[in-house]
Amino acid sequence: MKYALFLGCTIPVRGQNYEISARRVAKELGIEFEDIKEFSCCGFPIKSIDKEAQLLISARNLAIAEERGLDIITLCNACTITLQEAKMELDGDEELKRKINEKLKKIGKEYKGTVKVRHFARFLYEDYTVDKIKEKVKKPLSNIKAAAHYGCHFIRPTEVYRDFDDPEHPESLDKLIEATGAKSPDYPDKQRCCGGGILGIKEEDALLMTKEKLDDIKEVGADCMISICPFCSIMYDGNQKKIEKTYETEYKIPVLYYPQLLGLALGISAEELGFKQNRVKAKKFLEKVEGNGS
Amino acid sequence: MEEVIDLSKLDKDFKYQVVREPGGEGLLSCFACGTCAASCPVREIDDRFNPRRLIRMAILGMKDRVLQDEFIYLCSGCYLCQERCPQDVGITELMTALRNIAVREGYLHPSFKAQLEFVYEFGRLYELTEFENKKRKKNGLPELNAVIDEVKTLLKEAGLSKFVEVKE
Repeated sequence: MKYALFLGCTIPVRGQNYEISARRVAKELGIEFEDIKEFSCCGFPIKSIDKEAQLLISARNLAIAEERGLDIITLCNACTITLQEAKMELDGDEELKRKINEKLKKIGKEYKGTVKVRHFARFLYEDYTVDKIKEKVKKPLSNIKAAAHYGCHFIRPTEVYRDFDDPEHPESLDKLIEATGAKSPDYPDKQRCCGGGILGIKEEDALLMTKEKLDDIKEVGADCMISICPFCSIMYDGNQKKIEKTYETEYKIPVLYYPQLLGLALGISAEELGFKQNRVKAKKFLEKVEGNGS
Repeated sequence: MEEVIDLSKLDKDFKYQVVREPGGEGLLSCFACGTCAASCPVREIDDRFNPRRLIRMAILGMKDRVLQDEFIYLCSGCYLCQERCPQDVGITELMTALRNIAVREGYLHPSFKAQLEFVYEFGRLYELTEFENKKRKKNGLPELNAVIDEVKTLLKEAGLSKFVEVKE
């Protein structure tokens, strides 16, 4: 099966390790991605300015995938919620759909509602399945404790994700982590937001939100943290050093994208999984993984 | 907030304006239980942001305060309040509605303005320079279009070009 890979804005520029590892893991699992150069921003940043303008941008992206007859796989939580919500709203309101299509005519596009949008992690969990992942694991990471961070827009709001995981007590990412042989520990306030949504509004508040989760994850003694959203990773990985400096503390918690963790368990080298681009260096973590293998 | 609120100076119709806005429909269902405030991760670290207070202010008609203060921009969009609200007020969507109204009333937060300008000009939140594409190529990733023009056409169609300081 072939899917349109939707990268969004942040990943191609600031999350190439996510993209590299997702592509590599997909190849290993026999999942085919098609790149569509015409895809733009999903529309998320426009929602706070003008809801209808956001829908236009989202609908354009969906229409482009429809033209090729391909379902969309996303990597970013914000792209996922934005595209899935737009689809839900347009499919549920003929008048709105007509209004949006009227404007899409200007660029020769039409939204029909024929393609599905899935986050890569959800796709792995629901469509590929955890059992099949387990079959593919060559190097179980059984000495690793990997703390799951779902990110808000992977499971909330219920209105958009009604047929998916529990919005307050999810288990999909924990199960995906466990499929690699690693342990996924429970920790306080697992559902806490990374703070990324207000980084541009009030940085000190945003970083305090990030810090609280890093404190909890340090406390539980995790070897790494697992993210499935580029913006959550900017907060925990990209800003970790800054938080350490500001609050005179130390974490040194590597923040891996889930495909990086899965890739290691599939026997793929760290180099091929883009580990070089992780901001918090994963050297010690990778040594621990290696120790497990021998 | 110790000042006396003079009801005669407030905009009694503001609540209806909010209810008519997509996302604002649930405003009047709020019975002020405070579950939202108790759930809010932002309020936990900065109590200037308090969803219950904001909803009360909107219902009372404190339009200028609601739209001009920083409050509505401090929502990080985590949806925990919305999930837990017993009255289905739809609080996260309500914040979107208030932000959209603020824009139409002439106030666009500088952070959103900056984001809009990027999306308008490039079709993405970040500029994908030649340097970035070279880096992508080196990492075995496909090159991407630096500019997606159709996005600009759509944003113009939606009437947002007036907020953008354009380098045409």
